[in-house]
Amino acid sequence: MDTLILVIIGLVAGPVIGGLVAGLDRRVTAWFQSRQGPPIMQSFYDVAKLLGKEKMVVNQWQILCAWVYLIAAAVSVGLFFAQGDLLVIFFVQAVGAVFLVMGAMSAKSPFSQVGAQRELMQILAYEPVLILVFVGIYLVTGSFSISAVWELEQPLLAKMPLLYLALGYALTIKLRKSPFDFSTSHHGHQELVKGVLTEYSGPYLALVEIAHWYETVLILGLCALFWSTNVFWMAALLLGTYALEILVDNTMARMTWRWMLKRVWLLGMGMSVVNLIWLYAG
Amino acid sequence: MFGSFIKKSRAKSPWIMHFDCGSCNGCDIEVLACLTPLYDVERFGIINVGNPKHADVLLVTGTVNHRNKKVLKNIYDQMPEPKAVIAIGACGNTGGVFRDAYNVVGGIDKVIPVDVYVPGCPAKPEAIIDGVVVGLGKFAQKVEEAE
Ligand code: SF4
Repeated sequence: MDTLILVIIGLVAGPVIGGLVAGLDRRVTAWFQSRQGPPIMQSFYDVAKLLGKEKMVVNQWQILCAWVYLIAAAVSVGLFFAQGDLLVIFFVQAVGAVFLVMGAMSAKSPFSQVGAQRELMQILAYEPVLILVFVGIYLVTGSFSISAVWELEQPLLAKMPLLYLALGYALTIKLRKSPFDFSTSHHGHQELVKGVLTEYSGPYLALVEIAHWYETVLILGLCALFWSTNVFWMAALLLGTYALEILVDNTMARMTWRWMLKRVWLLGMGMSVVNLIWLYAG
Repeated sequence: MFGSFIKKSRAKSPWIMHFDCGSCNGCDIEVLACLTPLYDVERFGIINVGNPKHADVLLVTGTVNHRNKKVLKNIYDQMPEPKAVIAIGACGNTGGVFRDAYNVVGGIDKVIPVDVYVPGCPAKPEAIIDGVVVGLGKFAQKVEEAE
C-alpha cells in the first residue's frame, strides 16, 4: 500500500518539479544574459499549448515512440520513489531513451537523423557512467535497492566523491546542456534546428517534454541519494549542483561528440573506476 | 479546467518561425533585435524556433517572388493548427519598393492568408512585438470560432 502511494507521489511530483526546475532554469539563464526572462510557469504553458495543437505526424512510429519514451521515464521515476531496484530503473530509462532515438530515426529529415545519431552517442557516453555509479552504491550498501541507501549513517558523498563528479557529466548530458547540447539545443534556429526533436510536433512534442522532466527528476534524485542522511544538506547539494549546471551551460560553447566521448569516457569513467577501486580496497 | 488552461497557454507561449522571403535584410535584423536583452521577447514566452512544425506564428519579411512562393506555401502548410501569419514591413505587406519588379508576385497575402500587417521600412521591433500580440488575439478568436 505504502509503495503504491509512493509511486503515485512520484508520478505526480515528477512533472511538477521537472517543469518548475525548467522554468527556474530559463529565468536564471535570462538573468545571466541581463534579460528578464519568461515566467517560472512558462514550461507548463508551453506544454499545455502543445497538447492543444493539431496532431501532425510523419508516421505512426512517432506516436508509439513518444508514448514509450514518456511511459518509460514515468515508470523509472515511479520506481525511484517506491525505493525500487537501481538496476531495474536503469534499464527502464534506457529503453525510453532508445525509443526517443528510434522515433527520430523513423523520419527522413536529415536534421532528425543527425540528431538521432548524436543522441545515440550521448546515450553511449552517459549510460556506462550511470552503471558505475550504481555499482559504487552497491559496494557501499551491499545492495542495489534504494532503501538500503536511506539506512546509511554517513552520506554516500563521503565515500563516492569522484563518482558524484562523474554523475555530473551524466546530468549535463541528460539535461542536454552545453557543452553537450548537440543532439538538440534549446534554441531551434541553429545548424541542427531541433535535432532529435525536429520531427516531433504538437502533442507528441509535449509528451517528449514531459518525459524529459521525468528524466531530469530521476537524475536529480540520484544526486540527492548522495546526501541521504540530512534533508538540508541534500537540498544544498542539489541546489549547488544545479546552479553549477546552469553556470556551465551559460559559459561553455557547444562541443563535438568526439570531445564528449573522450572527456566522459576518459575523465568520467576514469574517476569512477578510481573511486570503485578505492571502495573495493577500503 | 484543463481545456481552459490550454486556451490560456496559447497566448502565453507563441513560438515563432521567421521566414525571410526575399527581404533586403532590414526587417530581418529588426526581427532578431526583438530577441536581444533590450526587447527580450522571451518575457512573453516567445521563442524563435526555426522549425515550422513547432511554430505557432509565422513572421514573414520581404516580398514574394516566383521562386520562393512554393517555399512559403510549404512552410505554412507544415505548421500545425492553430496558427497565425504576420507580414512584416512594407515589402511583406504589399511588395513595397519592389512591387514593380518583373519577378515579384507582391505581398505575402498573395500566397497565404495573413492575419496581421506590420508596417514600416524597416518595421520597428516595438511594432513587431505589437503585431505578435495582436496576432495572438486573432488566433484566440479563430480557435473560438472553430469550436
Ligand atoms: S520593408 Fe524596407 S527594410 Fe523591410 S525588407 Fe522591405 S525594403 Fe527592406
